[in-house]
Amino acid sequence: MALRGDWVYENNGGTCVAIAGSDYCVVAADTRLSVGYSIYTRDYSKICKLADKCVLASSGFQGDMKALQKNLSAKHLVSHVHLHIYQHQHNKQMSCPAMARLLSNTLYYKRFFPYYTFNILGGLDNEGKGCVYSYDAVGSYERVGYSCQGTGGALIMPVLDNQLKSPSPLLLPSRDAVTPLSESEAVDLVKDVFASATERDIYTGDKLEIIVVNATGIRQEFLDLRKD
Amino acid sequence: MEWGAVSSEEKEVSTILESGSQRTLSPYVTGTSVLGLKYKDGVIMAADMGAQKLNTRCSYGSTLRYKSVEQIKPIGKHTLLGASGEISDFQEILRYLDELIIYDHMWDDGNSLGPKEVHNYLNRVMYNRRNKFNPLWNSLVVGGVKNGQKYLGMVGMIGTHYEDNHVATGFGNHLARPIMRAEWREDLTFEEAVKILEKCLLVLLYRDRSAINKFQISKITEEGVTISEPYALKTFWGFSAFQNPTKGAEGSW
Repeated sequence: MALRGDWVYENNGGTCVAIAGSDYCVVAADTRLSVGYSIYTRDYSKICKLADKCVLASSGFQGDMKALQKNLSAKHLVSHVHLHIYQHQHNKQMSCPAMARLLSNTLYYKRFFPYYTFNILGGLDNEGKGCVYSYDAVGSYERVGYSCQGTGGALIMPVLDNQLKSPSPLLLPSRDAVTPLSESEAVDLVKDVFASATERDIYTGDKLEIIVVNATGIRQEFLDLRKD
Repeated sequence: MEWGAVSSEEKEVSTILESGSQRTLSPYVTGTSVLGLKYKDGVIMAADMGAQKLNTRCSYGSTLRYKSVEQIKPIGKHTLLGASGEISDFQEILRYLDELIIYDHMWDDGNSLGPKEVHNYLNRVMYNRRNKFNPLWNSLVVGGVKNGQKYLGMVGMIGTHYEDNHVATGFGNHLARPIMRAEWREDLTFEEAVKILEKCLLVLLYRDRSAINKFQISKITEEGVTISEPYALKTFWGFSAFQNPTKGAEGSW
C-alpha cells in the first residue's frame, strides 16, 4: 500500500441526510459536484435507487461513488443471469436491511483500497417502518433514526440531534429510534438544514434532491439552493 | 490539480516498480484546456494546438514543443472527443477507440456507438487505469448527437465524470466556465456558440501561459463532424491593466 499516491482520490464534496419516520423515510442530497475551489457541475444526482424500497445517497469521490452504485445494482438487479443476482435467485426485491449488510460487505471488501465514499442508505424495513443506515468509508455501519454524511455533515448533525431528540441508545429496554415527526414536517426540516449548511459549506449548494419512500412508493422533489 | 509536482512518494514508486513496466507518474508532453458546449443543432468544441514539453524532475518550467497538435478528434459517426493532458496517452486512447469501433463494425448489424456509450467506455478505461495506479494522464471531453439527442460529458484522469450543457478542462474550468454559465442558452445558434467559445479562448490566451494563438473549432450535428482549419484570433494587448499592471497597487519596490 506504500504504492498508493494521494492522486488516486479526489473529494467531490456534497452532503446527504436521511430521516426515518414510523411509515416513511426521507433521503436527501445536494446536487453540487466540485473539487477544491471549482465546481464541475451544479446538477449531479448523488442519490441512487437500489430497490423498490431502498435508496442510497453518497458523497466523497465521484468515481468511487458511481462504481459502488453500479456494483450494488448489478448484484441486486437483472441482466447477467449466471451471476449471483439476488432478484433472480429469490424472485423478490432485496429488503433494506439486507441491502444494508450487502453495502457494508461491499465497502469492507475494499478495506485496503477503499471506496472513498460516505453513504447513507434509507428506505422501509420488512415491517414497513422507516429505516436509515449510516456508514463510514470502510463499511462499519449502524441502524439509526436519522443521519447525515459528507462535507456539510458536521454542520447538520447537531441540528438534527436538537430537533429530533433520538432516545439514547444506552436506554434499556431499547427504544425505537424512528422520529415522531410527520412526513411533511421531516421534509421541511431537511429543506431547512440544507439551506443552513449551504450558507457555510462551500461544497454544498446549487440544488437539493429529496426522495421520500413510503407505502405508496417513491416520490422525488427538488429545491433550489444558493449557487455561490 | 498541479500535474507538474512530483512528490517524494511518487519517486519511491518508480524505484519499487523495477519489474520492467513503466507508468506515467508525471506528464511529459501536455496540451491545455478543451472547451465544449451544446447549441441548437448539436455540440461544438474548441481547443488550441500547442503542446508543452515539461522538463523532467530536477528543473522548473516547460518549453513549447509542438504547435500543430489536434486535441479534438472524431470517434465513429456520432461523437467528438477532445483531450487535454498527456498527448501520448490521448493517442493511446484513440487506438483503443479505433479498435472498439472496428470490432463493433464487424458485426455488421447496423448498430453504432453513440456519444453516451463512448463516454461510458472512456470512464471505465480511466477509472480502471487509476485502480491499477497507472493512469492515463488526461481530461477528456466527449460530445455528440445521436437520434436527435445532444450529449456532452467529461471524464477526468482518475475517473471523475459528469454531463453538463457546457464543460471545460483544466484552466478552462476556472476561466471559461463562468463565461459559458453566464451566456449559455438552450437555443444558441452556431454563430452565437462560436462567438462565446472565441471569447473564452481569448481569455485563456491572455491568462493561461500554456495557451497559444492557434485554434481549432469543431462541431458535431446529426449530419456529422466538421473540424475547422487552424486559425488565430485577433488580440489586443493595449489594455491599461496589461500595460501598467501595478497601477493602484504600488508596493515599496
